[in-house]
Amino acid sequence: MNTLEGRLRSARHQGRKLLAPYVTGGISDDWTRYLAAYQDAGADAVEIGLPFSDPMLDGGTIQEASDRALARGASADRILAELAEVDLTVPRVVMTYTNLVVRQGVETFCGKLRDAGVSGLIVPDLPLGESGELEGAAAASGVDLVLLAAPSTSPERLREIGERSRGFVYAVSLMGTTGERDQLAESGLALARALKAVTDRPVLLGFGVSRPAHAVQACRTGDGVVVASALMRRVIDGAGPAEVGADVDAMRTELDRSADEPTGSP
Amino acid sequence: MDTSLVGDSHGGIVAAAGMREPSDTGRFGDYGGQFVPESLVPACVALDREFRQAWADPRFRQQLERLLAVYAGRPTALTPAWRLSAELGITLLLKREDLAHTGSHKINNVLGQALLARRMGKTRLIAETGAGQHGVATATAAALLGMSATVFMGERDIERQALNVFRMGMLGAEVVPVGSGSRTLKDACNEAMRHWVGAVDEAHYCIGSVMGPHPYPWMVREFQRVIGDEARAQCAAELTAGTPDFVVACVGGGSNAAGTFAGFVDTPARLIGVEAEGGAAMTFGANGVLHGYRSKFLQDEHGQVREAHSISAGLDYPGVGPEHAHLGDLGRARYVTVSDEEVLDAVNRLCRAEGIFCALESAHALAWVLRAAGSAELPTGSTVMLTLSGRGDKDMPALMEAS
Repeated sequence: MNTLEGRLRSARHQGRKLLAPYVTGGISDDWTRYLAAYQDAGADAVEIGLPFSDPMLDGGTIQEASDRALARGASADRILAELAEVDLTVPRVVMTYTNLVVRQGVETFCGKLRDAGVSGLIVPDLPLGESGELEGAAAASGVDLVLLAAPSTSPERLREIGERSRGFVYAVSLMGTTGERDQLAESGLALARALKAVTDRPVLLGFGVSRPAHAVQACRTGDGVVVASALMRRVIDGAGPAEVGADVDAMRTELDRSADEPTGSP
Repeated sequence: MDTSLVGDSHGGIVAAAGMREPSDTGRFGDYGGQFVPESLVPACVALDREFRQAWADPRFRQQLERLLAVYAGRPTALTPAWRLSAELGITLLLKREDLAHTGSHKINNVLGQALLARRMGKTRLIAETGAGQHGVATATAAALLGMSATVFMGERDIERQALNVFRMGMLGAEVVPVGSGSRTLKDACNEAMRHWVGAVDEAHYCIGSVMGPHPYPWMVREFQRVIGDEARAQCAAELTAGTPDFVVACVGGGSNAAGTFAGFVDTPARLIGVEAEGGAAMTFGANGVLHGYRSKFLQDEHGQVREAHSISAGLDYPGVGPEHAHLGDLGRARYVTVSDEEVLDAVNRLCRAEGIFCALESAHALAWVLRAAGSAELPTGSTVMLTLSGRGDKDMPALMEAS
């Protein structure tokens, strides 16, 4: 299975904890080199943000990254064209907001994702009740539409999200926006546990996963993590692909170490 | 007029045909919906349920009606604009929302939402504001009901509307400056939404216009329909024909227009929404999704939202309420634009001719009437009911600068 979900399931089957680092497309001339660095550091998938002028669910770091990319002339089309030129073996997952999708039309947009070698899509302002049309268009283009679950989601909705999500289920760890945090939220661990009880799909935690220790902690209940703001803070502050790749490498190392530990350890 | 739009009598939850209750998915035609992060879905669903219950509860309605009467000063007057009418060759009636407590129609919606929030056990109100009128109204309702208020306002608007910022502080609200994006109303909405995600248990997001995720566009219109319902009864007493030929209101997000139109949608009156030239989503926008709803938005070909530019901070918004987009598609309402210069001229003429100093926002509606009167668009002899949404005190610094 060469789908996003197939790849993630097979990595999980091998006992791997899943790591999906993020970069905002178009943040710099060499932004695709971050993707290569993430892959070299052992990412199981790479996430590419298509910047939007009004990112409602993002905190200051991703807002700043988005503004910066847009000021440099970034657009969905340009980012996807650059992405199509990149040689990567790990799955590519795009994250963006609904307006960028509907502006082009859902079918056109999904077709462009496919042409850029993208196998997954995350749209944080498109909840279950609104996602039907995009689910169909994404499936027709061979793109897995990843649905999000939050700490406030009811058990019935969690089950439906587990059923309808493709690729993985994105567990939003806290009631808040993206951004670096000192601690991993308890609510995220509880959510991951609840999701694992109702779905066999990989469950990845995101929002506030900022340090290797957070990733390890998240993977005790979930199958993996999405790491975005902590990396983008470094990119904004001037860290190049090798340096940010080293951060991802540190997370990978800790995750692998924890996976080797016998189960039941703290 | 399209006869399919003539419906049953208005009032209550069964709105007049053409401005009905939205569909189960919160749609007015193709527009509306609930495009919010999953984190906020339960809050929106609960709000929909609570609003339906409250709006069907006679005690809640009585409580709100009483507050509107003894606190907000309703009904507001319908004033004939005697001298302007003579000058323009029309009969112009002004629905005086500038006379409502806090100086604009915003109080109608806020009292409704604040009572609802209290009924839901919330202790805090969150609001976004552009010109500051909605922020002031929210701060006022919070003070009245013993709640706390946090108001998000773009840094640029804070500079332009210093009086209202001070006023919110006097009323005990916390004003949070928003420095992202265009630093105006759009960004204040983003920030209020982000804040709400983290405070959803104790706080109610009191949206100031007929925008946002379902049930807001519908709920805010229902809270504002008091404008249209009163004006309709007042027109019946004032006009020989009973209803006016034209009903005119300014449109940013579109709450005073929605409330006004709701009272006249089932009459033959022609409904005119007047947008700011630099913030005219109905006129220059394309379909999109922002702030939780599908509607028309100013945006580029890539889907990036464009900044609006208007002399009035309250109309400096790149979107428009979903029901307006629907009314526009149906052809039931028509949307036009006026320039900043025409607006300044309208403020001056209303001052001199009628002794009424209206807000820059409200002056948009008048600017269209001044331009169109006597033309085929607005023939001589027509009767016009115009909602004057607010008073102009807050705009004096801007006008001093412009003069």
